[in-house]
Amino acid sequence: MLGFAHLFASRLVKAVAILIAIVVMNFFLVHAAPGDPAMVMAGEAGAADERFVAQLREQFGLDRPLYEQLGTYVGKIAQGDLGFSYRQQRPVWDILAERLPATLVLTLTAFVLALALGVALGTLAAVTVGTWADSAITVVALLAYATPIYWIGLMLSLLFSIQLGWLPAFGYETIGAGYTGLAHAADVAAHLILPVITLALFYMASYARLTRASMLEVRGLDFIKTAKAKGLSQSRIVTRHVLRNAILPVITVAGIQAGQLVGGSILIETVFAWPGIGRLAFEAVLQRDYQVLLGIFLVTSIMVILFNILTDILYGLVDPRIQVSQ
Amino acid sequence: MMKSDFWRAFARNKGAVLGLVILTAIVVLAAFASVLFPGDPWDMATAPFQPPLSEGAPLGSDMLGRDIASGIAHGARVSLLIGLTSTAAALAIGVTLGALAGFHGGRIDDAIMRFTELFQTIPNFVLAVVLVAIFTPSLTTIVAAIAVVSWPPLARLARAEFLSLRTREFVQAAITTGQSNSSIILRQILPNSLSPIIVSASLMVATAILLESSLSFLGLGDPNAMSWGYMIGAARTVIRQAWWMSVFPGLAIVLTVLALNLVGEGLNDALNPKLARSRG
Repeated sequence: MLGFAHLFASRLVKAVAILIAIVVMNFFLVHAAPGDPAMVMAGEAGAADERFVAQLREQFGLDRPLYEQLGTYVGKIAQGDLGFSYRQQRPVWDILAERLPATLVLTLTAFVLALALGVALGTLAAVTVGTWADSAITVVALLAYATPIYWIGLMLSLLFSIQLGWLPAFGYETIGAGYTGLAHAADVAAHLILPVITLALFYMASYARLTRASMLEVRGLDFIKTAKAKGLSQSRIVTRHVLRNAILPVITVAGIQAGQLVGGSILIETVFAWPGIGRLAFEAVLQRDYQVLLGIFLVTSIMVILFNILTDILYGLVDPRIQVSQ
Repeated sequence: MMKSDFWRAFARNKGAVLGLVILTAIVVLAAFASVLFPGDPWDMATAPFQPPLSEGAPLGSDMLGRDIASGIAHGARVSLLIGLTSTAAALAIGVTLGALAGFHGGRIDDAIMRFTELFQTIPNFVLAVVLVAIFTPSLTTIVAAIAVVSWPPLARLARAEFLSLRTREFVQAAITTGQSNSSIILRQILPNSLSPIIVSASLMVATAILLESSLSFLGLGDPNAMSWGYMIGAARTVIRQAWWMSVFPGLAIVLTVLALNLVGEGLNDALNPKLARSRG
């Protein structure tokens, strides 16, 4: 248990270091952008009124030396002040907090689904290696790799919402339906199906390929021969011996790809009008609302770090040896 | 002799040959876009909302009467151009940093790897969106943004290669004969670590094309360059009435990226024969 706590603590230190680096990067992005930093913070040049820009200039001490400005900026972020969106006339943090739950629901569901289905399909492909099931899984994975996820989303909604009318094409809930309790949950779940499948598909393919390759590799190792010689059943060998060892690289990659998953939600939420942070990013891009965009960058980075810690814990659970050695 | 070996190994992978054929077709389409579809792809060519197979618009027209087929041909240029240049830029950053880290080791290695880790943690698509939005969309900013978010895997790869090659005898011999560090890096180690780097780079072109299409889908494409992602993004709101506007550019992306991935796998089989055999 001590090893676990130690691992967790060292991860936290690293996470804080990465966060500080990202905040500093945000600061320099605002200053490197063409034009006056105050204008950049206020949004598209000319859109903000003079008084607001002057206020920003004073607030961030834009006439002070750069390192002093950096100090002010980091201090503000540390207090949870991500700035003010002139476009929406609200603090950035309030806007983000409102959108965060929808994105968390979407990305977490997609992540769990992709991992579970990907490992299952990869195992199936490895067990049936060389048969049609294996080839089918390989081809689907190859296609999923090559297809832009926003286009998959559009095609799925074209088929399942527009042509067949089975699932809602966009939004978070049926507007004006006034469902409560279970009916409301079912309504949200129906809206969630297409975005989650779209987002999960690419990662499912990638985990399936990885699980397959990793299982085929582990299968040839000596301890599997021992297990066979002991007379263990095929299913026990696959689940307890092969899979348990083969899944480790999958978890590693899943942790690394968590960042892409969060990035992918920008596209998915745009396609399905899912009211989360990704959709907000699209709106912020359209309105050139840089304060919101930089806030999203910070918050999604935090999400990635949390995802990484989550996969580290998962890794520790699957392979107890890891805790001590790291 | 070596060349024919390479081709035999490459051709043994059927998918890779198919990929090469598709890729050649796309390169030809891009090269002859202005001959096949003269005129500006942004100009109105026919009536708006024409379905596929109509007069003057074999793949249909969009909501402003622009020819979809012409847009796809001209878009191929932009996709390939951005895919290649941003990969080249990512190679320059990644291989340089990876080579320095692997060759020098110690503190330099530590610092560079921390830096690489930072960029691997950051959600790369979000960073690309932020970069292009803040520095205003143009071919240059898009290429730069894609390169900035894609170099870390190349750096890790180059570092691993340099780490293992540094201790080999031919490198030790070069050190003993007093060659300079830059000469050892560029003339001894780099040529010997090229094959895995080439394979990764070929796959990265595919990822870069996907990234570019995603950026232009969100409206962050170069406003003067017709691109596949832009076509899909613009047609998104009318998909109910006009499926062809989003379907055909999407197919173009899938084909291109698939072809590049297949070629990449073939290159892997041909350049890393040991790996390829142990995989099957």
